[in-house]
Amino acid sequence: MLINKRWSDCLIEIDGVTKKFGDFTAVDNVSLTIKKGEFLGLLGPNGAGKSTLINLLTGLLKPTSGILKIDGQVMSRNNMKIKKRLGVVPQYTNLDKELTAYENLVFAAKLFKIKDYEDLIDELLETMELEEHREKKAMNLSGGMQRRLMIAKALINDPDVVFLDEPTVGIDLNGRRKIWDILKYMKTLGKTILLTTHYIEEADYLCNQVCLINEGKIFKKDTPDRFKEDLGIYTVEYFDSEMKTNYSYFKKKEEAEKYVSNVESISCTIRKTTLEDVFYNFTNRKVV
Amino acid sequence: MEVFTVLWREFIFFKRRFFKITTSAIMTPLLYLIAFGWGLGKDIVIEGATYMHFVIPGIIALTTMNTSFNAISVRINISKLYEKSFEYYLTSPVNMKLLALGHILAGAFRGMYASGLILLISYLFGIKIRINFYFVLICFLNSFLFAAFGYGAALSIESHYDMSRFTTYVMTPMSFLCGTFFSLKNLPPLVKGVIGVLPLSHTSQSLRDIVLKGQFDHRSILVLLIYSVVFYLWGIAMSYREVK
Repeated sequence: MLINKRWSDCLIEIDGVTKKFGDFTAVDNVSLTIKKGEFLGLLGPNGAGKSTLINLLTGLLKPTSGILKIDGQVMSRNNMKIKKRLGVVPQYTNLDKELTAYENLVFAAKLFKIKDYEDLIDELLETMELEEHREKKAMNLSGGMQRRLMIAKALINDPDVVFLDEPTVGIDLNGRRKIWDILKYMKTLGKTILLTTHYIEEADYLCNQVCLINEGKIFKKDTPDRFKEDLGIYTVEYFDSEMKTNYSYFKKKEEAEKYVSNVESISCTIRKTTLEDVFYNFTNRKVV
Repeated sequence: MEVFTVLWREFIFFKRRFFKITTSAIMTPLLYLIAFGWGLGKDIVIEGATYMHFVIPGIIALTTMNTSFNAISVRINISKLYEKSFEYYLTSPVNMKLLALGHILAGAFRGMYASGLILLISYLFGIKIRINFYFVLICFLNSFLFAAFGYGAALSIESHYDMSRFTTYVMTPMSFLCGTFFSLKNLPPLVKGVIGVLPLSHTSQSLRDIVLKGQFDHRSILVLLIYSVVFYLWGIAMSYREVK
């Protein structure tokens, strides 16, 4: 399938991409475009195909079929020109544990053939609030610090596109908020960001576009607010006699209130619809 | 350049673990020297030399093999399976051929360092052996080819437990069969022919001939070079195989 002409203003183009591992289809005929400067959240439960999609875009995996393009160039393991413009924060820690925070960044700078890296590294360490820990070995940093160092490592080449695969997984609330600030800062720099997460509130807070993925298929891409509007901005949540929580969605508050008056339940609330409701409604599977 | 970047990082690793690396590099050959040299071979004469003079080139060959193989295979194995830092190379604009060369050279230098330690120990034991340019070259080629083998082996496996297969079925048999501790002359022709093809046999024999006779079969250098190139290419192929 050829890339459609209307996609030409897009920085990332995924066209009919399928990835199979034996009989298992991890990504199933996915087509998606991401515009320059877009902060796209890829939402899905574990095993939905989020990481596989990121790995395909970063050249870690080859698609079984379909085309992936970044800035008009087909992504492949040998496309150094594109790789120079990417920053990748994988799901797991990819730091050299024996090296210090500073040395990890020097190593990354050398791999990207950056010559004058001293000031750049100082700036990154400061942005990530790691200056005090620059001489600490990566293995001795806390989980949150390691994550921030990974983000610094991904930014060493001042990338145009940043892929973040669950960057806050396993991080406490304070650590997560710090990372959110960094991601918001990256957004202000105009970087194109693809974030995978199964923390729905994270996507709601950070992303200007959200994409729902499950069982390797993409359901829909839109803004978080549009998703909520389409579903109904008011949610009625009630616990029924079969010990099951039910959700109903309404466009107007009056409709929700009218509905509540007819519900027989010991616990019934009207609240604003969240992105988690949207996701739950799409997949009928609660994200943890 | 990727080669120097990797060597820089490995040098930091070496500096930080200098004491541990040095003591572990000394331990095994020291035990061999005590057991086979002092203990067993004090009064034994083989090929016109004392057993100590006979066995030291074999122990150097063995140590360069083991040290280079382990140095690189453990590092790559950990970075691939546990630290996941190997994937960083795959998403970075690095030349895999140069990256592999950097890692292999780092492993080879560790092998050379270990061989230097054995020579030092053997001097402390009062054994002085003849060393020339070819002796150093053969040690380096042996270190390089087994570092390359370790690089390919570490990338070819999917579990740390699989690494022991290489040790059990390749490294350990070679350690004992390739003329490190005994002369291959008395082996049956068929067995001798098979063992004679293996790289460690060429290294052991060449080093021993240099030490005891001052000359050696130069074709061994070609054999070691061929093994080096083949294992290096295998390592590169294994690097690319990481992109699935």
